[in-house]
Amino acid sequence: MADLSAYRFTATHEWVLLDDGRATVGITDNAQSQLGDVIFVELPAAGTVVKAGAKFGAIESVKAASDLYAPVSGTVSQVNDALSAQPELVNREPYAGGWMIRLDGVSEGGVELLDEAAYEASTAG
Amino acid sequence: MAARTPLYDRHVAAGARMVEFGGFDMPLMYSSIRDEHIAVRTDAGLFDLSHMGEVRLTGDGAEASVQRLLTNDVTGLRSGAALYSVMCNEKGGIVDDVVVYRDPGGYLIVVNAACRSKDVAWMRDHLDGTELDDLSDALALLAVQGPRAVEIVQCVAAVDVGTTDPFHFVDTEVGGVHAAVSRTGYTGEDGFELYVDADAAGSVWDVLLATGREFGMLPCGLGARDTLRLEAGLRLYGQDMDDATDPYSCGLGWTVKLAKGDFTGASALRALDPKHPPRRFIGLRLEGRAIARHGNSVIARGRDAGVVTSGTFSFTLGYGIATASVDPELSPDTPLMIDIRGSLAPAVRVPLPFYRRTKGA
Repeated sequence: MADLSAYRFTATHEWVLLDDGRATVGITDNAQSQLGDVIFVELPAAGTVVKAGAKFGAIESVKAASDLYAPVSGTVSQVNDALSAQPELVNREPYAGGWMIRLDGVSEGGVELLDEAAYEASTAG
Repeated sequence: MAARTPLYDRHVAAGARMVEFGGFDMPLMYSSIRDEHIAVRTDAGLFDLSHMGEVRLTGDGAEASVQRLLTNDVTGLRSGAALYSVMCNEKGGIVDDVVVYRDPGGYLIVVNAACRSKDVAWMRDHLDGTELDDLSDALALLAVQGPRAVEIVQCVAAVDVGTTDPFHFVDTEVGGVHAAVSRTGYTGEDGFELYVDADAAGSVWDVLLATGREFGMLPCGLGARDTLRLEAGLRLYGQDMDDATDPYSCGLGWTVKLAKGDFTGASALRALDPKHPPRRFIGLRLEGRAIARHGNSVIARGRDAGVVTSGTFSFTLGYGIATASVDPELSPDTPLMIDIRGSLAPAVRVPLPFYRRTKGA
C-alpha cells in the first residue's frame, strides 16, 4: 500500500497532492474499484482554469460514466497523456501512474479536504 | 429483497461485486470485466446463470401449445435439440426471447429472469392440453464458455461432450451429478450451458472451477456477459427489445415462421413488411474511446433519428460499439452522431455481429 500520508481526499473520491502552490489530482482507489475497468478519461487542456468543487472532466468505465470534480482551484499545467492510451492505469495505480491533472497557482477553498483516516472512515460501511 | 442463486455464498466468498439483476443478487464481476471478457475470448469463463427461468411444458397438447406461444417453428425440433425464438403478444410485441429444448417428455423453455412471472402467467393463459411446471427455483444453470470450454467440460462429464452439435444437448453426469449439457451460450464463443439440480449447483461449480483453472478459465460476472453478448450481436431483453418491439424491428425476423400457421401475434406480424419494419436495428462503431449507453439519442443531419439500445467498449476490438433502433427510412450512408451526455460522438454503421469467432479454432 502506497504511503498516502501527504494525500488529501474529497467526499467525491478525488485525491490531491499539494506541493508549494502546485497540485496533482487523481481519483481514489475506492473510486476506481467502484467504477471497475476504466475505458476513457476526459480531461481538460493545459491552460484551463479549474475551480474547486466544479467539474473538470469525466471518467467512463464499462459500467458507468462519472464526472470528476476539482479538489482545489488552479490552472491546468499538465495532463496525464498516458491515460489516453492506457486508461487502465487509473485502476492499476490510482495514486501514481493514474494521476490525471497537475495544477499551478493553487488555492484551496470550498471543498473539504480529508486526510487518509477521515476519508477511509467516510467510505467504510 | 433480491433473490439469491444457490451459488450466492460462493460469489461473496470469492469477493465478487454483487449487483441486483432480474430480481437476483448476481455477481457483476470477480476481478475485472476486462480480464473476464478476455478470458472467455482466449481461454474460458465460468458463469452462474441460475437467475434464468426454466418452464417445463408437457402433455398431449404441448407441441401445439409451444407452436402457438413461439414465433419459431418447433415441429422439426427433435429430442436433444434446441431452438432460439421470441414469444409475441397479440400485437406482435415481444413478451420475451427464449431458448426451447425438446426432450422425450416435452419442452423446456428458458426465459429471462426479469420476465419469469410475466412469462409463466402469459403461458398459462395460452396453453391447451398442456401441463406447466415452473422449475426455475429447482434448477441451477452454469455456463462454461470459450475456446477451451470443450476441453474443460470433457474432463468432468461422463460422456464425450465434444461430439454434441451446437444447439443440441446431452443428458449426462458432470462431477457425478446429473446434468443436461447444452452446446449453447450467450458470448459468441463455443461452450456449454449446464442445467443441474439447485442442490447440486455448488459441487458442480466447484469441480468446474477447479478443473478450469489450468486451462486459464476465470469465474465471470454479468459485466463480462454483457460486453461479450453485445460484441456477438446478441439481443438483451428489456434493453434491445420489449413488449412494444416487433421482431422485425430488432433484427429477429429470422425467428418468425409465418408459414407454420397460426400463432400468437401472427396476424399482427403478417401486417408488417419484414423488409420495411417500423424500426431498423443497426450496429454502430464509435470513433475513439467514447461509450454510447442505452437511451442515448442517434442524430442524423441534426435531427433525432433513433436511440441507442445497448452500448459498451469492445475489449476485443478496442473501440466503442453500440446497437441502435433507428428510423427505417435512414439511408445506410447517412453520417450518424450519438448524443453522449451532451457531446456528439461520430458513429459509423457496421454490420452485426461486431465479433464472430474463428470456427474450428
